[in-house]
Amino acid sequence: MKHHYDVIIIGAGLAGLRAAIELGEETKVAVISKVFATRSHSGAAQGGIGAALGNEEEDSWEWHMFDTVKGSDYLGDQDSIEIMTQDAPRTIYELEHIGVPFNRTAEGKIAQRAFGGHTSGFGKAAVKRACFAADRTGRVILDTLWEKSLQRGIRFFDEFHILSLIVQDHQCCGVTAYEIATGEIHVFHCKAVLLATGGAGKIFKTTSNALASTGDGMAVAYRAGAPLEDMEFVQFHPTGIYKLGILISEAARGEGGILRNNEGERFMERYAPTIKDLAPRDMVSRCILEEIRAGRGIDGKDYVHLDLTHLGQEVNDSKLAEITGFARTYAGVEPNKEPIPVQPTCHYMMGGIASNADGQVVLDSQGSTFAGLYTAGECACVSVHGANRLGCNSLLDTLVFGRRSGKEIRKFIHSIGLPPIAEDVAQQEKEKLQILMDRPGDENYGAVLAEMQAVMMDKVSVFRTQASLKEALEKIRELQQRFTRVSVGDRGNCFNRELLDVLELDNMLDLAEVIAAGALFREESRGAHFREDFPTRDDNKFLVHTLAGYRPEKEPQIFTKPVTITRFQPQERKY
Amino acid sequence: MKCQFTVFRFDPAADESPRYQEYRVDAEPTDKILDCLNKIRWEQDPTLAFRASCSHGICGSDALTINGHVGLACQKLVRDYKTANNFVIEPLPLFKVIKDLVVDMNPFLEKHRSVKPYLINDEPPPEGERIQSQKDQTVIEPALRCILCASCTASCPISRSNPDYVGPAALLRAFRYVYDSRDTATGSRLAGLDGNDGAWGCKTMWWCTDVCPKGIPVTRCIGQIKRAIKQKDKKP
Repeated sequence: MKHHYDVIIIGAGLAGLRAAIELGEETKVAVISKVFATRSHSGAAQGGIGAALGNEEEDSWEWHMFDTVKGSDYLGDQDSIEIMTQDAPRTIYELEHIGVPFNRTAEGKIAQRAFGGHTSGFGKAAVKRACFAADRTGRVILDTLWEKSLQRGIRFFDEFHILSLIVQDHQCCGVTAYEIATGEIHVFHCKAVLLATGGAGKIFKTTSNALASTGDGMAVAYRAGAPLEDMEFVQFHPTGIYKLGILISEAARGEGGILRNNEGERFMERYAPTIKDLAPRDMVSRCILEEIRAGRGIDGKDYVHLDLTHLGQEVNDSKLAEITGFARTYAGVEPNKEPIPVQPTCHYMMGGIASNADGQVVLDSQGSTFAGLYTAGECACVSVHGANRLGCNSLLDTLVFGRRSGKEIRKFIHSIGLPPIAEDVAQQEKEKLQILMDRPGDENYGAVLAEMQAVMMDKVSVFRTQASLKEALEKIRELQQRFTRVSVGDRGNCFNRELLDVLELDNMLDLAEVIAAGALFREESRGAHFREDFPTRDDNKFLVHTLAGYRPEKEPQIFTKPVTITRFQPQERKY
Repeated sequence: MKCQFTVFRFDPAADESPRYQEYRVDAEPTDKILDCLNKIRWEQDPTLAFRASCSHGICGSDALTINGHVGLACQKLVRDYKTANNFVIEPLPLFKVIKDLVVDMNPFLEKHRSVKPYLINDEPPPEGERIQSQKDQTVIEPALRCILCASCTASCPISRSNPDYVGPAALLRAFRYVYDSRDTATGSRLAGLDGNDGAWGCKTMWWCTDVCPKGIPVTRCIGQIKRAIKQKDKKP
């Protein structure tokens, strides 16, 4: 089936929906998502969204900007960070106006709480900057934006999986997608495509991410010639529930929760004397693993305790209701009385499709753009998070840059007509899928997936070395070879989950290779990327963004582009 | 431990009528039911269809009937069931089955849309936030926990007997906007809910409240809509 639209948005999380709302009234826009919109992973965001409203204590967007730059270990582009932090208060008011039910202060203003790495006075003390709705902030914003888009009459294609971008004469003019309920291939012919497909945490064994977080948008863009930027920077959130990886929000520490080792010691005091447990995530994750390495994990195992017992039932059961529920259900502990067992869990991709602050996909270090192709949210790299994202900046990123992408797309589509596309696009995709379905396979999809997740966790997570990364790359290439022998046993056309699993695995294998290759290239330690063989930051050689270009049947081509530095010169990063 | 899973199967392309298939799964007491279903799909039978995503009870994809009771497969653990190692897994009741455990949610979503689930307020907003008291925000808090999993509506005996009844999930969303101090369409919202297919369809059977995986007092929220309708009628 063939469809004609002005704009196709892939992904129905916050970035995609915010862009759709921006475009909805005067353009023909459709949102394609492999899960029903409110199942999108934005809904799992718990703790809050950052903006210097100053409702609880003095704050300024310049402090927010400084914190974000410092949090990024000076790799974030400061022009984009300035745009984001300056636009943050307006973004929050806009959400409030369309109905987001934020918690309130005694005066009825939007309530705010402390979060990791957010400070006043350029690093002097922790500040309350996170706007929140209990610990379900992402969920209520997602619901509100989705309902707003229903009001706007935006067309949704739910449970459609993206297969490829349609690119003609270096211009993106559509996508092909697989309808999960029928197996039919659809061609969406349009003037502009926005990729807003979120992250790819499922590449790692332990993750807070959803089953759907498989980086599909990043992978299709990469294969269509868009470079991926800074993919080696993968955030491990310090507090995932032991063994399960389910997120326990930083809001738990923002409300006063404390990390303790097997001696009951508040060990973060030693590592970050000023802001202690509210140090940024990259640091806290490394500190937890250092404690475990030093034999101070609980019961000699690879986890520590997150202690909320002193916060009181009132706080735990209202402001932290979801996460204390998770602790009860999944860890079997009563957080009012016992500490929660936690360990770092793969949480967020700082890297993504290289883009500028207007959502345009960028091809090279000169800033040339990919006509008709846009991206926003976690699958994009603007870059506002650099080497390490601060808590509460991801939701902000999706909304600020989702909106800006929408505005830029509107300008673009008014300037062009619908470009022609080849007649046989659907047929080509059909043949590719048929080959996948028909190939005689002696490899098991589940085994290849599990081995990829294991090697990425063992060799490419918080601590990395040249040797571990080389081993990982070798293993990933072996798995890519084995993948060509994975077959699909399910012959059906209706909810053929196995086929989708295989398509997702193909995407993840490409991304895993880029992550490991970038990490091997970057011989320094910065933010979430820590090389034990190069334990310090090297601004002379590596104050640059890594770009990875796709080469069929070859390893990715790694090149770099400069970091934009405006207000804050790189300094040593201490908390 | 070894668990026996008896799973509802139906593929409209191949089956004339539904059937049940047996699987043996090696599971820990702390495994989620979803983990067991994933194991079946990944290790034994890739054709088994079900929806799932976040895997920790926040996206709302995987509400199923587990041993006769509606619940989220990712929130229920093996140890939660007294029958220990025997599980019967079926799709949500009420909805049409598309394949195996996957049901058609469109009728559910149509009802959701029918209650105008968005803030209506035509007054120009201030530059900053609208002021809302903590008390007013707290009133709607229970409804904010809803994840649209459809457990309540699927379990509701009235929804099963009256296909036009809007159902508990949509009423809960209506409650969220009726009681939002920032919404100005309360009158027309209540008028739309004042009927047997609306709030009065609820006969306080409490099944919705019993099954809600987020512990929302759904029946009580519907009761608050009824009270608001009555109070409105009293006014001249």
